[in-house]
Amino acid sequence: MTKLHVTATVNGDPVEFLADPRESLLDCLRDHLDLTGSKEGCGTGDCGACSVRLDGVLVCSCLVLGVEAEGRRIETIEGMANGAELHPLQRKFIENAALQCGFCTPGILVAAKALLEENPDPTESEIRYWLAGNLCRCTGYDKIIRAVQDAAAEMRGAN
Amino acid sequence: MRYHRPASFEEAAAIAAGASGATRFLAGGTDVLVQLRAGMVMPDDVIDLKLIPGVKEIARTADGGWRIGAAVSGAEMGRHAALRADWPGVVEGMCLVGSTQVQGRATLAGNLCNGSPAADSVPGMVAAGAVATVVGPAGRREVAVEDIPAGPGRTTLKPGEVIAAITLPPRGRAGGDAYLRFIPRTEMDIAVVGAAVNLRLDGDRVSEARVALGAVAPKVILVPAAAAAIVGTTLDEAALAALAAAATAAATPISDKRGTAEFRKDVVGVLVRRAALIARDRAKGAAK
Repeated sequence: MTKLHVTATVNGDPVEFLADPRESLLDCLRDHLDLTGSKEGCGTGDCGACSVRLDGVLVCSCLVLGVEAEGRRIETIEGMANGAELHPLQRKFIENAALQCGFCTPGILVAAKALLEENPDPTESEIRYWLAGNLCRCTGYDKIIRAVQDAAAEMRGAN
Repeated sequence: MRYHRPASFEEAAAIAAGASGATRFLAGGTDVLVQLRAGMVMPDDVIDLKLIPGVKEIARTADGGWRIGAAVSGAEMGRHAALRADWPGVVEGMCLVGSTQVQGRATLAGNLCNGSPAADSVPGMVAAGAVATVVGPAGRREVAVEDIPAGPGRTTLKPGEVIAAITLPPRGRAGGDAYLRFIPRTEMDIAVVGAAVNLRLDGDRVSEARVALGAVAPKVILVPAAAAAIVGTTLDEAALAALAAAATAAATPISDKRGTAEFRKDVVGVLVRRAALIARDRAKGAAK
């Protein structure tokens, strides 16, 4: 199987890797770039644990081919904190105990960040619909919703 | 698996026509990659359409309709205020497909080509009278959207043919459309029943209508008898009852884990009435 050379930008850094055309972007992030924050839950776009931004658009990286990333800009959970300083969403998830096993958390944080950029003051219902493609089997979601609301309030205050 | 990035639909069709094994056209990938992952298909050639010029465009046609490129995502349609104002039923159907993440990639043409009888975007397109631009080894042809699905997972497209764009007709005066589906939850589910109504008013009376139903037959169906039940009426109770009865009569659903045939026949009548009233209200809004 011929591998293809792919160059892209991940979290602001130029990267290159060799991708088997059958590999998903998620496979490439995890196996070629050692960015293992994005998780594979289902591999079929149902659970959202692999959520990343592709040219700013929230997508499931398991539903993108790695070779499609050529020339594109990708943002993953690894780019969310600023060095040791956590993003407000990350901090509020900890404060609100909005995670237990943590497997879904990177995807939910990436998805929630995309929401707050589009809508800085979402209603509870808007948050629930936006995150409907991110499954969590631990929390029952309420703490996640509260954490997103808290972070949104803090971020509005900061702006 | 070979990965191709053609620069035109003609080139894409030529690659597919020249391929010996399984091929897949790749736009949003939300069905193709699931098939790959499930081992349902391992294409020898994947033909990515997203580098073809115009494929991500929503453009006004010369006559005032809309041409939606094959790689335009549901989210892009949802954000397009003028498209939404003209064809809210088409847009709301597409925007019901999948999650926020899926909306970032999934396309009208892909939803149509997946061939699901429950595809949420298809009844709205059929009711609107949408046309697919099909490019193949023999050239281009324009095909009514209702003629694309052939049955569950199957289409009438010939080997090597690909949909380049979906064209919606001009909205015209005093028109409105709506799509409703039934699912047992609020989000992230597949339609148990879907119903789309597109109509035009002349004063208080319906002057034209098209009614399309999803998930109640092997493919999405256009139901002229349901449209005939409301044309010339003010959508009074008798007309709505006749509309519901015509939809129920046209439905030939199966019973499966998501609903029984009896339930689907009943619910399709309920949804089609509600969709007709929403379409009427939207048409009245447009008439002002």
